[in-house]
Amino acid sequence: MAQTLLEVEDLHTQFFTSRGVVRAVDGVSFHVDAGETLGVVGESGCGKTMTALSILRLLPDPGKIVSGRIMFRGQDVTKMTDEEIRDFRGNDVAMIFQDPMTSLNPVTKIGSQIEEAMTAHNRFTEKLARGRVIELLKRVRVPAAESRVKDYPHQFSGGMRQRAMIAMGLSNEPSLLIADEPTTALDVTVQAQIIQLMKQLNRELGTAMMLITHNMALVASLCQRVVVMYAGRIVEEGPVDQIFKSPQHPYTWSLLRSVPRVDESRKDRLVSIKGLPPDLSHMPPGCKFHPRCPFVVAGCKVDPEPSLDEVALGQVARCWVLMRNVKEEDVEEAKKSALSKEAAEKLKAPAGGVGGDAGG
Amino acid sequence: MQAAERAPARRAATDPVLVHIKGAYKRFPIGGFGGLAVRAVDGVDLEIRRGETLGLVGESGCGKSTLARLITALMPVTAGSITFDGQDITRLRGGGLRRVRRKMQMIFQDPFASLDPRMTVGDILQEPLDNFHVGSVRERRRRVQELLRLVGLNPNFTNRYPHEFSGGQRQRIGIARALAVNPSFIVCDEAVSALDVSIAAQIINLLQDLQREFNLTYLFIAHDLAVVRHLSDRIAVMYLGKVVETADRNDIYDHPQHPYTKALLSSIPVPDPVVERDRAPILLKGEIPSPVNPPSGCRFHPRCPIARVPGICSEVEPQLEPHGAQDQVAACHFAGQA
Repeated sequence: MAQTLLEVEDLHTQFFTSRGVVRAVDGVSFHVDAGETLGVVGESGCGKTMTALSILRLLPDPGKIVSGRIMFRGQDVTKMTDEEIRDFRGNDVAMIFQDPMTSLNPVTKIGSQIEEAMTAHNRFTEKLARGRVIELLKRVRVPAAESRVKDYPHQFSGGMRQRAMIAMGLSNEPSLLIADEPTTALDVTVQAQIIQLMKQLNRELGTAMMLITHNMALVASLCQRVVVMYAGRIVEEGPVDQIFKSPQHPYTWSLLRSVPRVDESRKDRLVSIKGLPPDLSHMPPGCKFHPRCPFVVAGCKVDPEPSLDEVALGQVARCWVLMRNVKEEDVEEAKKSALSKEAAEKLKAPAGGVGGDAGG
Repeated sequence: MQAAERAPARRAATDPVLVHIKGAYKRFPIGGFGGLAVRAVDGVDLEIRRGETLGLVGESGCGKSTLARLITALMPVTAGSITFDGQDITRLRGGGLRRVRRKMQMIFQDPFASLDPRMTVGDILQEPLDNFHVGSVRERRRRVQELLRLVGLNPNFTNRYPHEFSGGQRQRIGIARALAVNPSFIVCDEAVSALDVSIAAQIINLLQDLQREFNLTYLFIAHDLAVVRHLSDRIAVMYLGKVVETADRNDIYDHPQHPYTKALLSSIPVPDPVVERDRAPILLKGEIPSPVNPPSGCRFHPRCPIARVPGICSEVEPQLEPHGAQDQVAACHFAGQA
């Protein structure tokens, strides 16, 4: 049943800029099975979107796939001719983006845009395509689909536009849908509707999905497996239940504890990851997370970088330490206040009338 | 004159409520036949207590940010009154308004747009001190450095420009600027929404530490209910220009009284796959109606899963009344029955 649909092997995507080579994707390997939902999480600039754009060969200039293989049903995407890749996009793999307003053409009717996505691939005749548009809009639960096909994007609300984008993505019945932050721009109640819709579509059509997001809650809600990325590489991967229950990489652990939960009644302090992600053109030696890691040991700061090793059944992590070896008191230390008490005391002293009414 | 102005302020110091909002309205005329107007804030009663964090939530366009601008006197109200520390700020002008403004500051959503790109960080932080003639020039300079150290930035960065900093660092500068004149009340308008998760956690922790250290009162506005619940003592929910429910942070989650609150809370995913498997969100039908012409009666009735239409819900506007826990109010004819 678990038939592999997409297999990315040791992918390296780099940007050749005047400031140096930016290693956006630096040796990434993962796979997506038919019908499954894979979550790819990480912060901005960790390489999630660039991995997706590499798969579709839609990298912006001056980005290039330097090495690695992207196998889709036994065919290497990196070696496809322009014609083959056009056929591959949309037909086999479709992508939906974060902001549905900028990805829709504002001067073309919604219906025509979805129709165009179908006729461009010669899979449906114009007549067939036209009939399918309404069916597709109904499938993504756009109310009054018959009359709304004639609307322009600005007449649709944010949630409806994202539905239209999903309809367009599904129009050629791809076997893999890549969704890049599909609900980030939407209000919570609309986000809930879109999550529900994506769950239903995954069940009804069996379309595999690669969900790119920074929102761990979304991954918990939608995905079966999750890949955690940091600085262009995978730092942890495994089944969702396993990763959320027992994350082994300190970055995954911190990510999970840095977001408040709405169902939490206690006001526990959040774990905050100090500092910033590394500059992708000047990466630190050793583990790329070591400058920010609260559990760093000497070996982390020097090459070689830890490799992705199995830590539990189906779970791999790239770390010398692993969370199961971290002591409880070190965990508490990671939550401590970083406020400068000294500066606070000085600021509280009424310097020349600050705080009182004497100034003015 | 001055004595008269001071007297109520002194009495107010014992008042546990710092900000009283009574029947506040804000309409933005959009012209057209019959004087159409966007009713951004449409009759809000709310109080913010000393030392607390009041969370204000609601979807885009519900009037949260407009309300924040009314409270900080950045915009005049169309009708109603807003009392800050015993003074009606809707009637203040000139010097009186300046004195009040020093006690209330704002932190904005976009750390890229809220700092002047042509000013150095030192100038940005010194500007409020200059405005209010705080201390001598030397004292101001020293204060700027302390402010930078306070928010976790290098005090020698005063000559750098905003573009040299990351989003999280810029938000720290925005916080330092707000703290420069020792305010007692800070409005955070989506202060962490634009930041990456690990950076947002840094800022959330910083805001909590500062509140404890400086005894600050916060109005924390956000659409992310998880963040709001984490930071707030009490939470107010807005829908289409009105507050529909207010309660303690735990009460509102454990037993929401208004069906909108209930739907809003149920729609937030939790970072836990085990909980997620059983979570059944209440999906609201339709979209938020236009604030130019809000629905009759209860303005939530066209989307409400328990509304009696036609009937009381589409005819009579419900008022905020005590329901559920102590200190909990909701504006719904069938509160608690969803």
